[in-house]
Amino acid sequence: MANRTIIPFGPQHPVLPEPIHLDLVVEDERVIEAIPSIGFIHRGLEKLVEKKDFIDFTYVAERICGICSFIHGQTYCQGIEEIMQLQVPDRAKALRTIWGEMSRLHSHLLWLGLMADAFGFESLFMHCWRLRETLLDEIEATTGGRVIFGSCKVGGTRRDVTDAKLAEIVRILDGMEQEIRDITGVFMSDSTVKHRMRGVGIITKEEAQALGAVGPTLRASGVAQDMRTLGYAFFNKINFKTITRTEGDCQARCEVRIDELFASIDIIRQVVAQMPGGAVDVEVKGNPNGEFFSRVEQPRGEVVYYIKANGTKNLQRFRARTPTFANLAPLVKMLQGCDLADVPVMALTIDPCISCTER
Amino acid sequence: MSLFPMTGTILKSLFRKPATRAYPFVKRPHIAKTRGSIEIKIDACIYCGMCARKCPTTAITVDRATRTWSIDRLRCITCNGCVDVCPVNKKAPGSCLAMRESYTTPTGTRETEHHQGPEKAPAAAPKA
Repeated sequence: MANRTIIPFGPQHPVLPEPIHLDLVVEDERVIEAIPSIGFIHRGLEKLVEKKDFIDFTYVAERICGICSFIHGQTYCQGIEEIMQLQVPDRAKALRTIWGEMSRLHSHLLWLGLMADAFGFESLFMHCWRLRETLLDEIEATTGGRVIFGSCKVGGTRRDVTDAKLAEIVRILDGMEQEIRDITGVFMSDSTVKHRMRGVGIITKEEAQALGAVGPTLRASGVAQDMRTLGYAFFNKINFKTITRTEGDCQARCEVRIDELFASIDIIRQVVAQMPGGAVDVEVKGNPNGEFFSRVEQPRGEVVYYIKANGTKNLQRFRARTPTFANLAPLVKMLQGCDLADVPVMALTIDPCISCTER
Repeated sequence: MSLFPMTGTILKSLFRKPATRAYPFVKRPHIAKTRGSIEIKIDACIYCGMCARKCPTTAITVDRATRTWSIDRLRCITCNGCVDVCPVNKKAPGSCLAMRESYTTPTGTRETEHHQGPEKAPAAAPKA
């Protein structure tokens, strides 16, 4: 029997700027077990609900994550609106859907770039981020921020976007679609890329469900679960299909995200085509009283917010279960028995966001 | 499965202009809606302190007695909250607090920026 050694992975690792630490128990080049530990960047954001009033907490919720910031704000606002029984105008819902899908696009392009970087394909990484840059410019032009949109508020949105600007966004996305197809084609067909990802880190359908995987990690194993099908915001008026793969390996998780890029572009097109007019916010009166579980599909998977209010301006309890937290158990499972060289690629395929996880 | 799926992209990149800017010679133009930094027109300020109370990071302090409005730029998250609640702005948008498109210059030290308002105009003499 070979000697067992423990190799530390992270919290500072070239492939992952996020501070997660894995103790990899290896025999020769084979990982026998991975023991994760988190807790390097806990910021105590959930506790802040006792200090900030429920309207101002939107700013905090948005800053839980640096990539899916908008959807965090949206999840929080939807929860409060549900407790207060606010009727959010359709235009605000449509704008939230557009911004939500734009953040999904930029998150997936960012991830594809990081993935290319993880297996050493530098030029592909640059091209993914070049495309993302165009999108970030459009996000900045409509919301005022590149990653922290700051455009969602309880009762609607803080800004409106003119119909001319929406048409321009659709035009830009139309132009981008072919470029994205060219670039993502490399992930789909290049033999060197496939060599690194096909058949690596397989999670079966049963394992994914039992371990509570969410988002692309779950859908790549053949489970069609997408919170957007709940029909929040504008999704009840949109025709879209949940994207799944059955292989459950790294390549499948990559392909799910690539197909979601095109699905998101199509969703934005559909929303702009049936854009309702009118106001973008309603007046918020009084304080919330009650509790609600708010569930929204983020780029990384389902996020769950538990909000409990007691009729004062401060919430009583707030809890966020982020997608990466749910995906850590599948990651530990897929690392068992893999090659040491494949660990960075596998760790990336769950799209880990540790800042989210630790809040 | 192909061996050279990047060839098309490489050829296009060969004949395309660089995707990056030659900074600092070419600067990125500011986008109109960008939340860059908070600007105050101190003459219009009524020192009500709404902006300081609403600020999520307590970056703003308002002193009615000395007629000063101060901001710690490193604390400010440019959320635009103060601009939204300013009662002077409600009458005429942008007349007191406004969001500038440009960012503040980089700094290595934490300094609070003070804005001193003009002396209060003397109250009109009571009618005899």
